[in-house]
Amino acid sequence: MVDHQDQQAVAGAASPPLDDAPARLRFRSDAPFESPIAPLADFLAGGNFAAVRVDPGEDVRTLLPHLDRLKLVEIAFPKFRDGRGYSSARILREAGFEGEIRAAGDVLVDQLGFMRRVGFDSFAPNRPLDPAVVAATLARFPHVYMKAADGLAPVWALRHQAGA
Amino acid sequence: MYRYDQYDQAIVDARVAEFKDQVARRLRGEITEDQFKPLRLMNGLYLQLHAYMLRVAIPYGTLSGTQMRMLAHIARKYDRDYGHFTTRQNIQYNWIKLEQFADLLDDLSKVEMHAFQTSGNCIRNISSDQFAGAAADEVADPRPYAELLRQWSTLHPEFSFLPRKFKIAVIASDTDRAAIQLHDIGLQLRRNDAGELGFRVYVGGGMGRTPVIGSVVRDWIPVGQFLSYSEAILRVYNRHGRRDNIYKARIKILVNELGVEEFTAQVEAEWAELAPLGLDAPQAEYDRIIAQFAPPAFDLAAPDTLDLSDPDFAVWVKQNVHAHKAPGYAIATISLKPKRGIPGDASSAQMDAVADLAEKYAHDEIRVTHSQNLVLAHVKKADLYALWQGLDAVGLATPNLDLVSDIIACPGMDYCTLANARSIPIAQKIAAKFEDLETQRDIGELKIKVSGCINGCGHHHAGHIGILGVDKKGEEAYQLLLGGSGAEDTTLAKILGPGFDEDGIVVAVEKLIGFYRGARSGPQERFLDTYRRLGPAPFKEAVYG
Amino acid sequence: MPRLLTGNRLETGDVLWWTGRDWSPLIRDAVAIGDEGDALIASLVAAERINDPALIDVTGTPGNWLPTTTRERVRASGPSVRADLARGSLSTDVI
Ligand code: HEM
Ligand code: SF4
Repeated sequence: MVDHQDQQAVAGAASPPLDDAPARLRFRSDAPFESPIAPLADFLAGGNFAAVRVDPGEDVRTLLPHLDRLKLVEIAFPKFRDGRGYSSARILREAGFEGEIRAAGDVLVDQLGFMRRVGFDSFAPNRPLDPAVVAATLARFPHVYMKAADGLAPVWALRHQAGA
Repeated sequence: MYRYDQYDQAIVDARVAEFKDQVARRLRGEITEDQFKPLRLMNGLYLQLHAYMLRVAIPYGTLSGTQMRMLAHIARKYDRDYGHFTTRQNIQYNWIKLEQFADLLDDLSKVEMHAFQTSGNCIRNISSDQFAGAAADEVADPRPYAELLRQWSTLHPEFSFLPRKFKIAVIASDTDRAAIQLHDIGLQLRRNDAGELGFRVYVGGGMGRTPVIGSVVRDWIPVGQFLSYSEAILRVYNRHGRRDNIYKARIKILVNELGVEEFTAQVEAEWAELAPLGLDAPQAEYDRIIAQFAPPAFDLAAPDTLDLSDPDFAVWVKQNVHAHKAPGYAIATISLKPKRGIPGDASSAQMDAVADLAEKYAHDEIRVTHSQNLVLAHVKKADLYALWQGLDAVGLATPNLDLVSDIIACPGMDYCTLANARSIPIAQKIAAKFEDLETQRDIGELKIKVSGCINGCGHHHAGHIGILGVDKKGEEAYQLLLGGSGAEDTTLAKILGPGFDEDGIVVAVEKLIGFYRGARSGPQERFLDTYRRLGPAPFKEAVYG
Repeated sequence: MPRLLTGNRLETGDVLWWTGRDWSPLIRDAVAIGDEGDALIASLVAAERINDPALIDVTGTPGNWLPTTTRERVRASGPSVRADLARGSLSTDVI
């Protein structure tokens, strides 16, 4: 049946295979981190990892006690419609995590703006993104209405700056 | 009314540019329809039976004459000279071409309008009370808070790929004219004994396949913190709402599965994390927005009397005009349910006329109601007669507000890809049975609501009489529901018995009304009251006996 | 029962039927589709220029097709409540 109005169930789709190569698109100045990425369960079981993968249904808050030994959290997007990963990333940033947060999988160029705002700073999309479109997308919005994890001042702050 | 400043305009312009680029990439074949669909839906563009359908946002249902004139222009230039006002206080066009869409968005943005987030699994256009700012029973105008929500939810980075759509409504009186208990979040503004403003928060209402009345998750959240509290609700939903089954993906299902207490506890825990992060707009921003909704300067000398010597005018006043909080003023509702018309449809000429009349007589402000009518909220009583004549000249003076012919109907199978059956012809046939106004007035308030499928866009669950189109082996068929209400006494309508074909459903409604007229305790007892008093059995007997 | 191939043009949303060689806005130009239907749909989906392609059941004869479902009759005629907007493909009377 044709899905006329974009009503697809998204849960249960497989995440992309784990890949330890550096992300294709990266917005960090530190050197890419290249050791193995552990599934969340392995990490929590006490494995000595500095990089972990979080799937959409997994509770990213279980990582909060371990943030100081993590360099990279990779958040999987098995399907781009599954928006749980946005909350996962922002929760990490709100908890003060400063390491790399990578979006891996079905990551489309039209989502990069939102992803950057909630704290992602590297991307490993299934299909390569056109760099020109990426640049245009990320330069698109001069202002934002609400706070998120990127430190941008929302328009209500700009409107009421001292002296403004 | 709220006017954009440079920031609002810059964001809209950027958003328009973004979608133009997305359309261009789709037309060039660089993205697939599957990838494009959520993008176009987030810009209000559906593919329907005949063409693309566009839903333009009318934030909290309020627009100016200039904006209404632009809606008329869109109808003429890009569509077939008409539009459809919806139960979500928006307008839909039925014949839009993707290749013209960029120009259309440019035109809209010239008058501070757009189509963002009118569809898709994101926070949708915020709805509110059509009498806001004019009703005597409100504690304050709710629309500044709706505007705060609009800004907070526009391009929200965390909540643009929710499990499902998300609808928020805000009111400020005990009388509920916006069906807040049937929204994902319903906010009722209240004033406490100390004179402070805060919201009662309902979560998890909705219609569709599984109608649910919202539950109170918090009796009081100070206005200064309602945005971060909303953020907490949305985060719990985004993280834990079901994504395995689209029919169970709305927040109402999450609330039911967790139980209100557990859901509330999760929201409170999340809010404890979010509240210290400074997500709420400062008081200065509240003040800035509230100032823009300041009531017009009412003429204190305006006479509070009305010359009702023209009997046709008197009937219209009696039916379609409500009391205003300011003496000498009135609230006029323009029925979009003319005889033999299509509920909610208006031609470009009618839109232009309403724009002119609003500018002349109503402080340049028009509201769209969730029963698919229009409201002019601030009309001098002294101008009502001229207004009525102006409306009458374009066929917009039907005096049938809340009567049997004031029927809500979704587009149904005449337009909608998801439909099982047509809605509009049913509404027309029922209205035709009760054309005589005296009869309609004798029947009194009766809300008939028709949906063409289980999604319930026509609010059939909230109809005193609800009609639901179903598919019976490829034939259009209709179920009959009774006893719903979308007002402060919200109830969900219940199926009365076996369904009908097109003519059968009309006959059944006639029988129901006939029974009610014999059974009511007096002229004041509405159909819904009689139903609540007697229960379904005698109504069932009247229809099926 | 004969089947026709229908869909909506990406650029305009227009309702179209497959004539064997091209698309037509008139259902009477349509040809009955045989076993090749599913392959045709697969190629259309891959080409991404026609949205929501689908095979529909019709009765009648070439030049006089009548879809079996109300939905497809509405698509062919235009909204039943706006005979003035009928698209000339099928009369709204048949809905
Ligand atoms: C014509 C194209 C339309 C489509 C494809 C469409 C689609 C849908 C769907 C799929 C739902 C069910 C959502 C769910 O339960 O998760 C729904 C609900 C709803 N729609 Fe529409 N709709 C359309 C038009 C309209 C119109 C014209 C109105 C207003 C008159 C409207 C207002 C609503 C409302 C009020 C609901 C119920 C909200 C709720 O479930 O809480 N829709 N729509
Ligand atoms: S109720 Fe069904 S038929 Fe009516 S507009 Fe909504 S989805 Fe379409």
